[in-house]
Amino acid sequence: MHRKKRDLIAGALVISATIISALALHVRAYALPAEREIHITAKKFEFAPETITLKKGEPVVLVISSQDRKHGFNLRAFGIRADVNPGGTARIGFTPNKTGKFNFSCDVFCGEGHEDMTGTIVVTE
Amino acid sequence: MSEMDRRGFIKLAGLGGGIVFASSLGLTTLGSALEYANGYAGKKVEKDFYFVQLSDTHWGFSGPKVNPDAEGTLKKAVQVVNGLEEQPDFIVFTGDLTHTTDDVQVRKDRMAQFRDIVGQLKVPTVHFMAGEHDASLDRGDAYQQFFGKLNYTFDHKGVHFIVLDNVSDPGAIVGESQLNWLKADLKQQKPEARIVVLTHRPLFDLYPDWDWATRDGSAVIDALMPHKNVTVFYGHIHQEHHQMTGHIAHHSAKSLMFPLPAPGSVPKKAPIPWDASAPYKGLGLRNIEAEVRQARYGITELNLNGG
Repeated sequence: MHRKKRDLIAGALVISATIISALALHVRAYALPAEREIHITAKKFEFAPETITLKKGEPVVLVISSQDRKHGFNLRAFGIRADVNPGGTARIGFTPNKTGKFNFSCDVFCGEGHEDMTGTIVVTE
Repeated sequence: MSEMDRRGFIKLAGLGGGIVFASSLGLTTLGSALEYANGYAGKKVEKDFYFVQLSDTHWGFSGPKVNPDAEGTLKKAVQVVNGLEEQPDFIVFTGDLTHTTDDVQVRKDRMAQFRDIVGQLKVPTVHFMAGEHDASLDRGDAYQQFFGKLNYTFDHKGVHFIVLDNVSDPGAIVGESQLNWLKADLKQQKPEARIVVLTHRPLFDLYPDWDWATRDGSAVIDALMPHKNVTVFYGHIHQEHHQMTGHIAHHSAKSLMFPLPAPGSVPKKAPIPWDASAPYKGLGLRNIEAEVRQARYGITELNLNGG
């Protein structure tokens, strides 16, 4: 009787451990494909790279840093904007949900060439 | 037409070509019914008057393909204004008095030179405001040393003028503090008050991809909406443009350095090159005749060739 009970408990523990392991694996598998990071540098008066190609539906993180003064990053087609402070980094996660060419620009006045500080995101299927 | 002595104004109209009669209440509604509706019937209203708007003079700019007379254009504009048969009550400069520079001393030199040139204007009253080229790189520090406050109000013959700063924050933001200041000022104004807003950037989203917007401009417009007679005059886009947001009319002025293309008309915004066959084409200034009783503003565009 006692042995049977022990076996039952042991069996239950094994099943629980298996389920927990499976869940852990699942969570790990879910978290593993990290979003691709796209590094962009901003400086007077350009973004580098100026053109970025993304895939529709692929989550990415834009990691934007300034090499001189404060700039802005504005990708209006996707409702995205951030201040980019010198010495700091702006991280913007998003998943393009449409294809096409979309302009981004600096929207913090940074000097005489401010209006030339633009770039393009190309989203393909 | 109004009580104003018309002769000078009609002459001015002949110089510039088109006249736009702009009203915050529509272009065709006139007369006593309107006055009654606005609470002005039977009230003593000051005489009509006119003022001149100059904008985007960009003193210090250099680019022979865009304007080979960069050092002469502002002086020419001063001559045009001084030559008006009937002098305006006052003059407004709606920003970008100087062209931007990272060099603080050069910035101050340009402001001093600009001030000296416009000091030749015969009209004693001149109201200045900043553009992003004047004020965005130092939060308006140098500008205030030369030209005073970035935002302020003044009243003239029954019209309440509000000068708004949407440039000293480089993010094109009016800001919470100034918004509260604006709301407090508007509280002092009756709903039918004649209000003119002077600013540099458009308060509405004209073309944000080209920086032709004010990030919190909609909050300004919301604050103005309860007032029936509001008109906005601004600069920044280097061309004439007219747009309504509800009952509020917005009118941009030409530049006195280089014209820019129509919003979104080309892939990349860039100054329109100088046309040697038509010097100063696309540049100009304007007279604004305030018809206070009717809450109308007659806009006359003037070019720099006297034609």
